[in-house]
Amino acid sequence: MNITCNDWRHEFALKLAPENILLQEQNVSILTIQADAWQSASKTAITFNCRFAAIWAKEVNQNFQLNIPLELNGKYLLLRTEIPIAKPEIASWANIYPAANRPERHTHDMFGVIFLDHPDCKRWTRHQAWSETEYPLRKNFSPNNPAIEKETPPDVDYPFFKLDGSGVCEVPVGPVHAGIIEPGHFRFQIAGEDVLNLEERFGYVHKGIEKLSENMEIKSLIRLAGRVSGDSTVAYAWATCQACENAINIEPPKRALFIRAIMSERERVANHLGDIGAICNDVGFAFAYYQFSRLKELWLRLNAEIFQHRFMMDCITFGGVKQDLTTNDIGKMHQEIADFKQELIELFAIIENSESLQDRLKTTGILTQEIAEKIGAVGYVGRASNCDYDLRRDAPYLPYDELSIKVPIFQEGDVAARLKVRAKEIMVSLELINELLNTLPATELQFNYTGSFKNCEGIGLIEAWRGELLVYVSFDENGKIDRYYPRDPSWLNWPALEQLIHGNIVPDFPVCNKSINCSYSGHDL
Amino acid sequence: MKTLLIEIIQVLLFLALSPLLLGWIKCLKCLLQNRRPPSIIQPYFNLIKLIRKQTIVPCEASWIFRFTPYLMFSVSILAGIMVPLFAINLPIAYMQIGDVIVLIGLFALARFFLVLAGMDIGTAFGGMGSSREMLISSLAEPSALLVLFTLAMTASSTNLYLIIKHLIESSFVLRPSFVFAFLGLAMITLAETGRIPIDNPATHLELTMTHEAMILEYSGRYLALIEWSAQIKLMVYLVLLSNIFFPWGIATNLTLSSLSIGLLATILKLFGFGLILAITETNLAKLRLFRAPYFLSITFMLCLLAILSHVILEI
Repeated sequence: MNITCNDWRHEFALKLAPENILLQEQNVSILTIQADAWQSASKTAITFNCRFAAIWAKEVNQNFQLNIPLELNGKYLLLRTEIPIAKPEIASWANIYPAANRPERHTHDMFGVIFLDHPDCKRWTRHQAWSETEYPLRKNFSPNNPAIEKETPPDVDYPFFKLDGSGVCEVPVGPVHAGIIEPGHFRFQIAGEDVLNLEERFGYVHKGIEKLSENMEIKSLIRLAGRVSGDSTVAYAWATCQACENAINIEPPKRALFIRAIMSERERVANHLGDIGAICNDVGFAFAYYQFSRLKELWLRLNAEIFQHRFMMDCITFGGVKQDLTTNDIGKMHQEIADFKQELIELFAIIENSESLQDRLKTTGILTQEIAEKIGAVGYVGRASNCDYDLRRDAPYLPYDELSIKVPIFQEGDVAARLKVRAKEIMVSLELINELLNTLPATELQFNYTGSFKNCEGIGLIEAWRGELLVYVSFDENGKIDRYYPRDPSWLNWPALEQLIHGNIVPDFPVCNKSINCSYSGHDL
Repeated sequence: MKTLLIEIIQVLLFLALSPLLLGWIKCLKCLLQNRRPPSIIQPYFNLIKLIRKQTIVPCEASWIFRFTPYLMFSVSILAGIMVPLFAINLPIAYMQIGDVIVLIGLFALARFFLVLAGMDIGTAFGGMGSSREMLISSLAEPSALLVLFTLAMTASSTNLYLIIKHLIESSFVLRPSFVFAFLGLAMITLAETGRIPIDNPATHLELTMTHEAMILEYSGRYLALIEWSAQIKLMVYLVLLSNIFFPWGIATNLTLSSLSIGLLATILKLFGFGLILAITETNLAKLRLFRAPYFLSITFMLCLLAILSHVILEI
């Protein structure tokens, strides 16, 4: 036995597979188990109270390798097993972990892995463009297949949940909406204005990120990562770089890490500003919307000035960052933060004191702590429902290990709580940026790696503005990308919307949705 | 002949000024939100744009869908005749063609058809909008009648021209019933014209709409007619508020000078009410849909108090 962890993972491994080796690799430990122990592993995991983080498959020789990372107390354990491609069957985790439901369906649609006893085994990502027997992420599937070029048949037979009864109406909303938002379909069953049930249907922005990344060079992969979900481009680029850096065990210079953190916090602030305004706008409080939009715009313009891109796309490179910050830049950021703090205190007071606004936000869309824990909600969605988890504090990656992070927590779980978490996070991030700017170390910007990337793998874990972002990268024997799987926090938070809408009325759906604001693009891949 | 001309001018003024009034309100709202406002005449451009655009009619639509915009527009013109804008003592007042009950009835007729049109095309949003519209109007209409009855009892007439004439000719007394009636009618105006806090005229969110949800499938000149009618309706309500409760300046004889003073006074009063409306809308978020009945029951109570205080105190 070669067990190096002295936390819950040790116990977990002893209980589940004492004969197996628990490997300590960078930020996660790996435990390989037999396929027939997969189901008992899920039961052990729930007794430990672990949080299900993701599931992904990967083709290895004649087998599919399945991976499930679990998290408890900020420690990650990666469960791994292999099943033959000829008979790709495995027990489903979805009965015990509802969060596994859609990721397992995604894995089925992409690889053809059959999850036994799955509670809801209809398709998820599978597009009409490829047939039911084709699985795009298998290595023998070519994306340049001429059959795919032909016109895609319409999607008509998705088996939506049905509900009958007198006075029950079905309202389909989307995927094309009246505003400029991403496409997603929401199927409501309503009685009068009360929502009885909501079913989400996504996949309209499936871009084939996972297939595209196959055989890519590392540089192209990081460019691609920055485009998985445009509003989180910094987080994706950082998480992907971190995964690659972990794979070959290098550490970027400190100055680069600090600049990455500054960009990541700037991204958080920009998105929180925009969304707080948008939440207010959805209940007809246009004043706040225009004020926050103005602030966000100013913030983005400084991004453009300093980083040459409003959203800081392609600013993070493997082993470092693209460009340095000058003293002039630092001064500008300090100045801007000082101005923003003043304005924000005023604006938050207006929001807090506007009775008609608070009346709309309070008790709307309540996500109880119990449900939030059950579905594994992360980020501000979880933190508004008393799920106290923030990677920057609880599983700190560089450079956050040196900083003390205040994590705002609320118990109410309503739209108002989610708004307050984000308002507080803005203030925390402004402080953090100040601190990072003040203590910016004078080192190089780039780790120059000349070695190869043969047959290695790594996991990146970042607290993106939406919550925990997990990225898996593995390289093949030529040093090209073998498998890239980014798990957006939205995979865990989208199901929260279906839950928190219960007991609400139809006209409150937009504000509930906006308070969650999950990514469609990051989820559809 | 001259009075007929004035009557025609009044209707034309309703048609011509209502987009300007909306433009004014939009400008003020922009300024209050620290934004650069669009041109005050932007609503005219919007109407012209819509009239020029192709009209698309859903294939499921019946005659109701096509008929409704014309009906709404005709109702608006009739309302323009019945509501004194800047002059009283017009012959129409004595012709007994329409009084306040007919006015409310006409608006109810237009709404009835709009609600049917919303459901006619069979989309989920239209149906939702229609059901919400009926919820709101079923509570707002009785209140509106109560307010107007209070006025009718004071002036012993249901004709708006005669009501105003009576008010302007009797010496000024602060009547408690009028305070209640004014507050009631102001709240009814917000509800009936789809303004915040009852409905949000600027939203793009289908699920939260009321008025906009019913007209989602309209386009081109149909949409132009409906929007124009809505603008005239807003103007009619604001004219009611300003000319009944603040009748000063309105022309009582038909000389050019008093007519121009009357017109100027009306425009000033309307712009003043526009300012109040813009401030209200900027300061409030939209009410939760099921709070709207509370809002409207307060309105109803105010209107009831108006009529009661009139009966108890003023007779």
